[in-house]
Amino acid sequence: MRDAGWGRELTGTLVVAACAVGVLPMLVSTYTLTVLIIYGMLGLSLGLVWGFGGILCFGQAAFFGLGAYTYAIAAINFGESTVPMLLAVAVPAGFAAVLGAMLFYGRLTDVYLGVITLVVTLILHRFMNATAGSEYVIGNARLGGFNGIPGFQTLNVPGDPSAYVWGESFYYFSAVCLLLAYLLVSAVLRSSFGRIAVGIRENETRAALMGYDVPARKTVMFAAGAAIAGLAGALFANWAEIVTPRLFSLSQSADIIIWCIVGGLGTRIGPVLGAAGLSYLKFLLGQQDLLHNSVVSGAILVLFVLFLPGGIAPVLANAWRLVTRRRPRSRYRRPRGPRSSLASGDA
Amino acid sequence: MDLVLVIVVEVLYAIGALVLISAGLAVIFGMMRVINLAHGEFMMLGGYATITAVDLGVNVFLAMLVLAPAVVGVLGLAVERLVIRHLYGRLIDTMLATWGLSLLFIGIVTMLFGNTTTGISTPIPGFALGDYQVNGYNFFIVLVAAVLLLLMLAVLRSTRSGLIARGTMQHSHMAASLGYNPDRIYMLTFACGSALSGLAGAVLAPLVGLVPTSGGAYIAKAFITVIAGGPALIAGLASSAGVFGLINQIFSFAVSPVVGEVALLVAAVILLRLLPRGITDRLFRESL
Amino acid sequence: MPETVLETQGLTMQFGGVLAVAQVDFRMDARELRCLIGPNGAGKSTFFKCITGLLPPTEGQIFMRGQETTRWPSHHVASLGVGTKTQVPSVMDGLSVFENIWLAARRFLPPRAATRKADETITRLALGPVARSSPGRLAHGERQHVELGMVMAGDPWLVLLDEPAAGMTGGDVERLTEIVEEFARTAAVVVVEHDMQFIRSIARTVTVFHRGAVLLEGHVDAVLADPAVRSVYLGQAA
Ligand SMILES: Nc1ncnc2c1ncn2[C@@H]1O[C@H](COP(=O)(O)OP(=O)(O)OP(=O)(O)O)[C@@H](O)[C@H]1O
Ligand SMILES: [Mg+2]
Repeated sequence: MRDAGWGRELTGTLVVAACAVGVLPMLVSTYTLTVLIIYGMLGLSLGLVWGFGGILCFGQAAFFGLGAYTYAIAAINFGESTVPMLLAVAVPAGFAAVLGAMLFYGRLTDVYLGVITLVVTLILHRFMNATAGSEYVIGNARLGGFNGIPGFQTLNVPGDPSAYVWGESFYYFSAVCLLLAYLLVSAVLRSSFGRIAVGIRENETRAALMGYDVPARKTVMFAAGAAIAGLAGALFANWAEIVTPRLFSLSQSADIIIWCIVGGLGTRIGPVLGAAGLSYLKFLLGQQDLLHNSVVSGAILVLFVLFLPGGIAPVLANAWRLVTRRRPRSRYRRPRGPRSSLASGDA
Repeated sequence: MDLVLVIVVEVLYAIGALVLISAGLAVIFGMMRVINLAHGEFMMLGGYATITAVDLGVNVFLAMLVLAPAVVGVLGLAVERLVIRHLYGRLIDTMLATWGLSLLFIGIVTMLFGNTTTGISTPIPGFALGDYQVNGYNFFIVLVAAVLLLLMLAVLRSTRSGLIARGTMQHSHMAASLGYNPDRIYMLTFACGSALSGLAGAVLAPLVGLVPTSGGAYIAKAFITVIAGGPALIAGLASSAGVFGLINQIFSFAVSPVVGEVALLVAAVILLRLLPRGITDRLFRESL
Repeated sequence: MPETVLETQGLTMQFGGVLAVAQVDFRMDARELRCLIGPNGAGKSTFFKCITGLLPPTEGQIFMRGQETTRWPSHHVASLGVGTKTQVPSVMDGLSVFENIWLAARRFLPPRAATRKADETITRLALGPVARSSPGRLAHGERQHVELGMVMAGDPWLVLLDEPAAGMTGGDVERLTEIVEEFARTAAVVVVEHDMQFIRSIARTVTVFHRGAVLLEGHVDAVLADPAVRSVYLGQAA
């Protein structure tokens, strides 16, 4: 019965995704759409870690930036894109695994986790800004400090470095990547691993008393989120054709968090839509001078925390249910957002 | 010999600056368990308030020590009434909301003052110490930080409101059970903390060029100094500012200022891993 | 001679100046049913937390089935087959009752078997009507049952129950008595309780805690009649 639900969901997701990928280019340029997709993937990564893993990471931008830099540096050194793409997933994941193990085995929670992830992002930001000198090279790649790294090999067909994937094709490639990442996240959340992760989010002590190794599982979850963020970073490097320390900035981290809050924590699609929607809004706002971008992002964050802490996705889902008059099929009730339980957990 | 003196002065300055940067956040966190991520922007606003006042012909010390704290304190009061008040007990939500406020302030200041660096000249001249040039203003920072710590100690030790504050820090229900309105205490605490942030931003403004995003440079340092300090307000502030200031300056001298910054952050991560509840959770437990 | 499943030697837990557990030597045989009583603050819950690895004891040793488990992380202890119900009900409010119990079963069983086990446990505890609702919406007594279900689904051989009767009404307590007896058929069970009537209905051996130390241990009638025990409880009441 559960598998039938999965099949239906799979078909539904594929159909909706195919329609969106086909129709949206008629409204917005594929160049802009590509970056919305990339941000959607970045939102998905934090949505997984925070919304389902209950891990409040203030530094998801660190993994995004790390993925982008890894890709750029590796692409310059290898002169092709296949291995760099894989490295851009593996390096952030490995970094997150080490960092996560350090944090979770130390039983750091909430605020402390927030501080340290934030600080680690800042360290990377400062460091990358300070690498202007010619002594900062990795292989053939100069890190370039504030100016970043331009001019690396962009995505090519595996095995043929001169067959570039760009423009329209890169748009479709990014869309497929996002779709695969989304389906992977869905499958993981349906698996025992995902359910246990949600259990840990709800009550760590109880999960430990049931016999689950909480630090290990949180570390894996953290690394999985970083892997997705790294992939998004690599795609971003290909899209922008330059990587700069701004990828590690605090405002980038803030943006990711805002996407998740606005989209809806504890949902899969919420952070993706939040990311794409708000980034598009930013893009539109960037074309006028009346209102500064930060004013809008800041106001949105404050208003959502105060008035709609669950985000938009649950509201849309309820509306949809009202319209179609359907009861939720799954035995797996959608859990409420984790923020309140995190906040009250340590009273 | 001169070099040693210069280094001592620089270390003292680094510690003093950290104390100033963190005091406002520490008061708010210690009393209310609220992390104010708009703290850096409160400081930035203190700086802009000073510059504006000086431009209008106000004496620079009056602007820094009185006007800026007053302006930011009032702003803090408004923020508490409009936003923070609704989120008590929801630690993460307050962090998120204040992060939103910080972005909001950055945007507003950019729209008002533009995205360019402004500054005022240091009101105290430097002098030569042997072969080295010492910034005289650094002494002023150390002085202000020391006076601030002593003042906070005196208030907590010997005044009525200090007594209530100590009670509230230990048990959040204490004030209520003593018959004081916690709502009012929180409101005043937040305003005081904000005023302290405004003061810090104002006093540090002559040393750094101000841009609307200046706050970002402060928040992480303040954040880690407060968290690493642990439960005791003043002892925690002094001890963690001491540790981080020392590390920062040693690495700045030995390698470069950027490495000094990075060393500070790395030290914070290690310290928090080893003492997750802060320095004063283990040491100096009984102090304030 | 029956196997010793749980033993502590000189177990001590100190919080700053408070000695919550003081030099406790404690032994349990397989399938023994033991009640742990003592006034508020006697250190019963802290003793449990040390055994389950939620708190690292300051001193002393813990052995389970002959293996030393002192300072093991709690998931290791639980994985051995130790089921715990904490004093403050500890359930996963964001999940359904079914999922709570399923997760407990899944630790030791593959997914399908876990589903069967969860269904079976729900039937046994008569939780069917609330299986799909969140435990957050249930009354205190019912939440206790959910937590008991989580313990049961793991098929433990050592069961630690901290105040399971709290918040339960008459009928519930009767059901609880049956559940505890059922646990005791396959596992060693330690029950912390204040409800003397409930203790009389299940207990054989009783251990009395007072100020972190074992005051007395013996048959239920002898212990409850003991003047020292009475004065401890009365002193508490006064
Ligand atoms: N985390 C802690 N930090 C400091 N002291 C603690 C802590 N946990 C328990 N204590 C103290 O240890 C002593 C024993 O507490 P414990 O909860 O074990 O008692 P108990 O026998 O379970 O009481 P009750 O019957 O009320 O549940 C008490 O004095 C308590 O205040
Ligand atoms: Mg107890």
